[in-house]
Amino acid sequence: MTTFDFLLQGLSVAMNPMILLYCLIGVVLGTAVGVLPGIGPALTVALLLPVTYGLDPAGSLIMFAGIYYGGMYGGSTTSILLNTPGESASIVTALEGIKMARKGRGGPALATAAIGSFVAGLIATLALAFLAPYVVKLALIFGPREYFGLMVLAFVTVSAAFGDSTLKGLTSLFIGLALACIGIDQLTGQARLSFGVPQLLDGIEVTTLAVAMFALGEALFVAAQGPRGAEVVEAVKGSVWMSRDDWKRSWKPWLRGTAVGFPIGAMPAGGAEIGTFLSYSMEKRLARNPEEFGHGAIEGVAGPEAANNASAAGTLVPLLTLGLPTSATAAILLAGFQQFGLQPGPLLFITAPQLVWGLIASLLIANCMLLVLNLPLVGLWVKLLTIPRPWLYSGILLFATLGTIGANPSPVELTMLLVFGLMGFGMRVFGYPIAPVVVGLILGPMAEQQLRRALAIAQGDWTTLVQSPIAAILLLLATAALVLPIILRAMGKGRVLSAVAADED
Amino acid sequence: MTGLPGTGRRPDGAAFIIAVLLGGLGGLLVREGGLFPDRAGYAGVGPGGMPFAVGWVLVVLAVWTAIDALRGKPDAREPIEILPVLWILGGLALQIALLKPAGFMVASGLLFACTAFAFGKRNLLITIPVGLVFALAVYGVFDALLQLNLPGGPVETLIFGG
Repeated sequence: MTTFDFLLQGLSVAMNPMILLYCLIGVVLGTAVGVLPGIGPALTVALLLPVTYGLDPAGSLIMFAGIYYGGMYGGSTTSILLNTPGESASIVTALEGIKMARKGRGGPALATAAIGSFVAGLIATLALAFLAPYVVKLALIFGPREYFGLMVLAFVTVSAAFGDSTLKGLTSLFIGLALACIGIDQLTGQARLSFGVPQLLDGIEVTTLAVAMFALGEALFVAAQGPRGAEVVEAVKGSVWMSRDDWKRSWKPWLRGTAVGFPIGAMPAGGAEIGTFLSYSMEKRLARNPEEFGHGAIEGVAGPEAANNASAAGTLVPLLTLGLPTSATAAILLAGFQQFGLQPGPLLFITAPQLVWGLIASLLIANCMLLVLNLPLVGLWVKLLTIPRPWLYSGILLFATLGTIGANPSPVELTMLLVFGLMGFGMRVFGYPIAPVVVGLILGPMAEQQLRRALAIAQGDWTTLVQSPIAAILLLLATAALVLPIILRAMGKGRVLSAVAADED
Repeated sequence: MTGLPGTGRRPDGAAFIIAVLLGGLGGLLVREGGLFPDRAGYAGVGPGGMPFAVGWVLVVLAVWTAIDALRGKPDAREPIEILPVLWILGGLALQIALLKPAGFMVASGLLFACTAFAFGKRNLLITIPVGLVFALAVYGVFDALLQLNLPGGPVETLIFGG
């Protein structure tokens, strides 16, 4: 069967009314958390994991993916109207978006963001569908050493390549890797670092860590900044429809944003924000009147918004085909698959084609739902921004603990939540990135297993890791991604890197 | 409000504490990793290998952090208010303590009120009832409808039949 047949088959799964409902819940929730500052898709999926434990796997995963896509749409609304990005992938959108809103062009800004997201999401999801089978074929020739190389590359790009400081990124990553050592060793069954506490034998739950770091850490951090002046929400003035000129200026940035965002999401190179930054600087360079940038240029909204949605779809390529998460949200999605006993990777396309293709097809439908939710109904979402902060964060904390209590109502688990929350707070205060900890925790045991398998196959010969050309290239790339930024920063060119810092989504 | 130690005149004091913590964590991992008897098998790397290696890297990162701190590169940090943080942490501790004896509604309702206090809603006479009602509603939705097993107290048992 060709990809097209599989996609049609997937559509028939996705058109099932129950699946459509899950999809709708996902995109609505996703848009809501995207709009609300302080909570992002990674956290939301982490919160929902325990709740969906008893539900239909396909429906739940489709809901999670809908949240991811929805978050990318919703974030733009906050960026444009509030100048506070709803999630990290929308930081760049705020640059031009808020200027447009202040000039009374908030409507067209929202429209170009929503339609750009739609165009990008559609193209990128189709690209995902047509690319996936090829990556799967490639993945089938991967052995343990190639997987290990791939994971090392992911470690480096998520932690050290971007952001303020190599040191801080690596520190975060190795804290995650240290936490990953806790529990029973998967290859020999020996208990490691459990210190006689039986609850530690199962290891640290990814969801507990993610919820603690993102929800608790963020709430503590925001609370610690003390009371601030009320933020001004720009009213949506004028029509949400774009003029002919707006269309003419928007369609090229949409396509260029998609072209930039998708491969960046697909590479093991961190979250969606990198693509948005590249797209912004590209539009600025290509614009007919670059002096308009910084004063509300529509291209500066259209491009990055397309890029972040394309990245979200791109992230699903390595996740579904290789089982390799390249962002915090993808890491949590992986935990979601594992919760249902599914391991993403080439085999999943053979053992559960219905599920994989149903998921991909659902994303196409989710995209259409999101366009409707975000264009005519944008006024509803703006109302969410008027929830007072005390109620908002109280609610977030209640739900954060609810997830943990529901999964495992033990004081030990809740205490871990508290300790990690405090750690997440400290890391925010001192400027350590959060995502590498989560990625380290989930990828650490996988990388260790692959390494030890590769070494066992080669009877303990470490040179085996570089004897396969693919593995050697991957490790070489990882080394370059580690060393080059250090040199760049030493040469005083670190500003670009910190601007594209991968944050949390 | 007092800042965290080291945020004022000596911007690198906190970095030393971080370095010490990282070094301690690294040392712990190295020690634990070294405890495993050598049953490395064909791979040459046994269960102790990973903690051992990660531990040593953490020690290196700790030294790196300390050197950075010595060089005194001040980070731009926003001033921190410690009181709201303590309120939230107190709310969480309260929830852990009360969850088993008093049930989800009371424990989570108080957490809700404490968090609201930390964010500036200081009137506990309003926030506690709001928190209790909200927690009860959440209990109803997730325990009764979505079959999540939440620990119930007397009120929950009375309304939802346990």
